[in-house]
Amino acid sequence: MAGSTHIAAQRGERILSLRGVSKKFGAVSALTEIDLDVHAGEVVALVGDNGAGKSTLVKVLAGVHQPTSGTVEFMGRQVTMDSPAAALNMGIATVFQDLALCENLDVVANLFLGHELSPWRLDEVQMEVRAWTLLKELAARIPSVREPIASLSGGQRQTVAIARSLLLDPKIIMLDEPTAALGVAQTAEVLNLIERVRDRGLGVIIISHNMEDVRAVADRIVVLRLGRNNGVFTPETSNQELVAAITGATENAVSRRNERRDAEARGETA
Amino acid sequence: MTQSPNPMLDRSDTRVRHDDSLMGAAREFLDRVKSGDLGMLPVAVGLVVISVVFSALNPVFLAPNNLVNMLFDCATVGVISLGIVCVLLLGEIDLSVGSMSGFASAMVGVLWVNMGLPVGLAILAALVAGALVGSIYALLFNKLGMPSFISTLSGLLAILGMQLYILGPTGSINLPFASALVGFGQLWIIPKWLSHLLALLPGAVLVWTGLSVMRRRRAANLSAQPLGRLVLKAAVLTAALEFAVWYLNLGRGVPLMFGLFIALVVALNYALTRTQWGRSMFAVGGNREAARRSGINVKRIYLSAFMLCSSLAALGGMLSAARLASSSQQAGTGDVNLNAIAAAVIGGTSLFGGRGSAWSALLGIIVIQAISNGLTLLNLSSSLRYMITGGVLATAVIVDSLARRSRVSHGRA
Repeated sequence: MAGSTHIAAQRGERILSLRGVSKKFGAVSALTEIDLDVHAGEVVALVGDNGAGKSTLVKVLAGVHQPTSGTVEFMGRQVTMDSPAAALNMGIATVFQDLALCENLDVVANLFLGHELSPWRLDEVQMEVRAWTLLKELAARIPSVREPIASLSGGQRQTVAIARSLLLDPKIIMLDEPTAALGVAQTAEVLNLIERVRDRGLGVIIISHNMEDVRAVADRIVVLRLGRNNGVFTPETSNQELVAAITGATENAVSRRNERRDAEARGETA
Repeated sequence: MTQSPNPMLDRSDTRVRHDDSLMGAAREFLDRVKSGDLGMLPVAVGLVVISVVFSALNPVFLAPNNLVNMLFDCATVGVISLGIVCVLLLGEIDLSVGSMSGFASAMVGVLWVNMGLPVGLAILAALVAGALVGSIYALLFNKLGMPSFISTLSGLLAILGMQLYILGPTGSINLPFASALVGFGQLWIIPKWLSHLLALLPGAVLVWTGLSVMRRRRAANLSAQPLGRLVLKAAVLTAALEFAVWYLNLGRGVPLMFGLFIALVVALNYALTRTQWGRSMFAVGGNREAARRSGINVKRIYLSAFMLCSSLAALGGMLSAARLASSSQQAGTGDVNLNAIAAAVIGGTSLFGGRGSAWSALLGIIVIQAISNGLTLLNLSSSLRYMITGGVLATAVIVDSLARRSRVSHGRA
């Protein structure tokens, strides 16, 4: 379980490697021949338009969906993840967009939900100590761990959700739109938190529509388009280049509009 | 931030006010009530109002022996209400507990008196029947997604039919008056010396566990509850219990059946607050999807709650058969169902799931029985009694809804 001295994997070591992963839903190919690598101590951003396959890819990695073809290697071994629990036990933790916290329970109860210490005589003291220690390590600002989740702000809830995924000592943590519903200050807090998670030697996969956030925290930016790899970029890449990769450089709504207007203009002159 | 050199783990955030003194405790209590976290307050207020009104109308109401009678009645429906607490915690309902209790009492009558089986076996059979009915509800809920409101409503009719069927044309079976079961239901009293001793127990347990938790928290560098508050709590509790026991002993004394009810409440309270199962119950009631994603076997939680509810209903039914010394077609009909549900809600278990405690069954049933007992003493017709009890239930649900709204706006869920 989580501890400050624990190091998940050698920094830079490849934790997760996808080769030629495809996922078909009937006639629809949601993912086609996806390759993806995640190393320890690295933040990989997955970006792409709606329908690019980001969520499907996350669900494949979280064990919710099984790939139609392709191989997944985890810590150097080829693996199959046939259930969310299997992925979790292997060391892939997911923080879903809707966080999935129980608002009626306090922070400690939520952190340890389903993995309470001593099931027949809950060890509240030990759980509270572990909760505080973990939150301190993440430099998270939670006023009290004995308040129900309902009294926390959006950023604090995101923090609790991330802390909970760390409690099972994963190798990789996946965050689906972690800053989508947050204000400026809370977004900064969560980005700081992601960096601290990375510094603990975990691999982080973050999905976001917000280019600014992605650029601020990611080491590599993987662009998906229509279910295919469409390039890997660095945070230094210009916005235009990224947007071009996301929307398709030559074929997008903007270019189509221009083409149509050109064609209309030609039609009038003809 | 200004901090002491070695701040306690849970006291390092200066934004949070900590109320350690007795005045602080009072302030914290007021804050909680204002934000809609009413706790036992409605029950306490309700009981005071009830006592004042009914004893003014008929002084017999507060006489020791009347209270002893009331406790006998409390135990029967209270046990049923305990099961209701379990399903309400999940945000579900069981409308068939009345029928289940009636069917269980009929089973005991038929198996034991008519067929001559040992009484223990008959009781066991009724409990198994309860568990079976509960597992059918859980199956319908888990596999077919049938709302518990509907499945238990059909259960209400079906089980009532089974009760009438096994009782046959005679319609009622008298239980032997000299038997232990009827003695337990009507006569047996905890010996005076033992009742005083037992009344010391909660305070002692409170101090003992409080001290051990305090020691462990101090050792782990967490803040601990001040000793003064703990001792005061235990002293007030012990004094109140000793007074109650002394007063009841002026009459017949504390019914053994009520002791069984209390023991069940304590056991369920432990299971709900101190075990993983209990934590899972609250989690499923609060956010089912979150519970599922954190690896809780949600279906098994539903199964356990429905089975527990129907089994406790069966037990309650047998206790009321013992209390009446008969199994009849009327057992479990009428207001048993609603009294059991109303007791849980009045005691503070939310109809919306995720909030409540085992104690709410005890507190709620005392309120319900006090009203019903008081109205009986006034010789009111049952028409009026139904109307008044209905009004009380409506009030309790309104308080629950308003408190919930207030909690949401104060961020306490």
